[in-house]
Amino acid sequence: MLEVRGLEAAYGDVPALSGVTLQVGAGEIVALLGPNGAGKSTLLGCVSGLVRPRAGTIFWEGENLLAIAPHLIVERGLAVVPEGRRLFGSMTVEDNLELGAFSPRARAARRESLERVFALFPDLRARRRQVVRALSGGQQQMVAVGRALMASPRLLMLDEPSLGIAPQLVRAILDALVEINRAGVAILLVEQNVRAALTLAHRAYILEGGRVVGEGAGAELLGDPHVRRAYLGPLAAGR
Amino acid sequence: MTLLAQQIVLGLLLGGLYGLAAAGLSLVFGVLKVLNVAHGELIMLGGYGAYWLFALLGVDPFAALLLVIPGALLLGAGLYTGLFGFVVRAHEETRIKNSLLVGFGLALALHALAVRLWTADDRSISTGYGGAVLTVGPIAIPLIRLASLLVALALIAGLHLLLARWRWGKAIRATAEDWQAALLTGIDIRRAYLLAFALGTALAGAAGTLVSVGYSISPSIGLEWTLKALIVVVLAGLGSMLGTFVAGLFVGVAEALSAAAFGGPYREVVGLVIFLVVLVLRPQGLFGRAPR
Repeated sequence: MLEVRGLEAAYGDVPALSGVTLQVGAGEIVALLGPNGAGKSTLLGCVSGLVRPRAGTIFWEGENLLAIAPHLIVERGLAVVPEGRRLFGSMTVEDNLELGAFSPRARAARRESLERVFALFPDLRARRRQVVRALSGGQQQMVAVGRALMASPRLLMLDEPSLGIAPQLVRAILDALVEINRAGVAILLVEQNVRAALTLAHRAYILEGGRVVGEGAGAELLGDPHVRRAYLGPLAAGR
Repeated sequence: MTLLAQQIVLGLLLGGLYGLAAAGLSLVFGVLKVLNVAHGELIMLGGYGAYWLFALLGVDPFAALLLVIPGALLLGAGLYTGLFGFVVRAHEETRIKNSLLVGFGLALALHALAVRLWTADDRSISTGYGGAVLTVGPIAIPLIRLASLLVALALIAGLHLLLARWRWGKAIRATAEDWQAALLTGIDIRRAYLLAFALGTALAGAAGTLVSVGYSISPSIGLEWTLKALIVVVLAGLGSMLGTFVAGLFVGVAEALSAAAFGGPYREVVGLVIFLVVLVLRPQGLFGRAPR
């Protein structure tokens, strides 16, 4: 469904992506792993339209995403949960969620979408009138995921959703992702929690220095010695 | 004592218009991140619009609001599409420089236009009920100015509701807070910019109308009102329309008190002192959010 080919991007003179090629198929959970600065966020930025690549193509269901304005990409069925959440802090949970369904296609389904979000994250229903700034990091992350879900996406992209979140809430969010995926939404997950991401994902890519250096099935990569050494800590490499 | 109270009341009434003038500037600044230095000229044009409607067609200035506000909305949309829409495409530094160039250029052009159309003389709208005064004890409250204060408050409250309840009002607030996140949720931020600029211009037009009926206008009032609006915006901080209105009242009263305490010429100085003090002690303003 999502086809990225030969993507090249840079910030001024600093290269961020060099010839990145990856795919996300319908109903898949694909993890994107790699160290800080590898270009994972840049990749999501290019797909979502915020970053303009220097070369390469991005096709979504056969349509060239690079030719579409960022705010219209949501309408096509792609939604992003950005790194650091990027919520509208001065506005309420309900307002943030409602804004998630801003695009016409999403707007038509917003009542059902809202119910689905509250079913996934019951905590948010009680807090719907609260100003987002006052919520904890974990609750804000739920709002961020909820806001993206309100767009009725067919592909949900998340950038480091577990960053700075308490472990039990991370569990809850990852469980929610499984449920979302079961409902038919494909997921592209950028995660630094490699173990959790690989347990969840059907497939994964490893990005280092702006290039894809590894690719495979989730379970397969969990057993890969390079992955274990680089991302799962020195103790894991021996096991 | 009575004289002081009288001055304070008059200051309060003028402060309401400062608040209205500032609200438009605050909206544009908060959303587009552009300081429209021609905002005062838009106020001036609003005043002349009402003046023309009165002088040529006999339209009562308060009724003229119903024509000036939509007219100003269209003017704002036009100015954004033709001018400021290009400014917002640039990043940070270029945007700031371009906005000042464009703004000052626009101010000069509008000023020259006004002088050509209406001459440089002061103009004021004198209605039949112009001299009416509400007497509360020893204090005389000019009815026109009181009505203007109420209209200003109503417009600000209306704007507040628009931003709080209307789908595009929320989109405007979201764009002001984080334009990239707004794009990611599917908001066309260019349309949000257009709406914000149009609304800002409409508020300026309304303020101008109220100034022309309660006080007087001339082609040169632009810069003065831009400065007053800016002082109020800095005092209030960004993000609260009602807070901006209150800050306007504050500046109005502060001016009255300083004129009473130090004499007429020092009336304007207090505004500039407030400006500096706020920037040094509490840059986010009274109602703005502290920088994280």
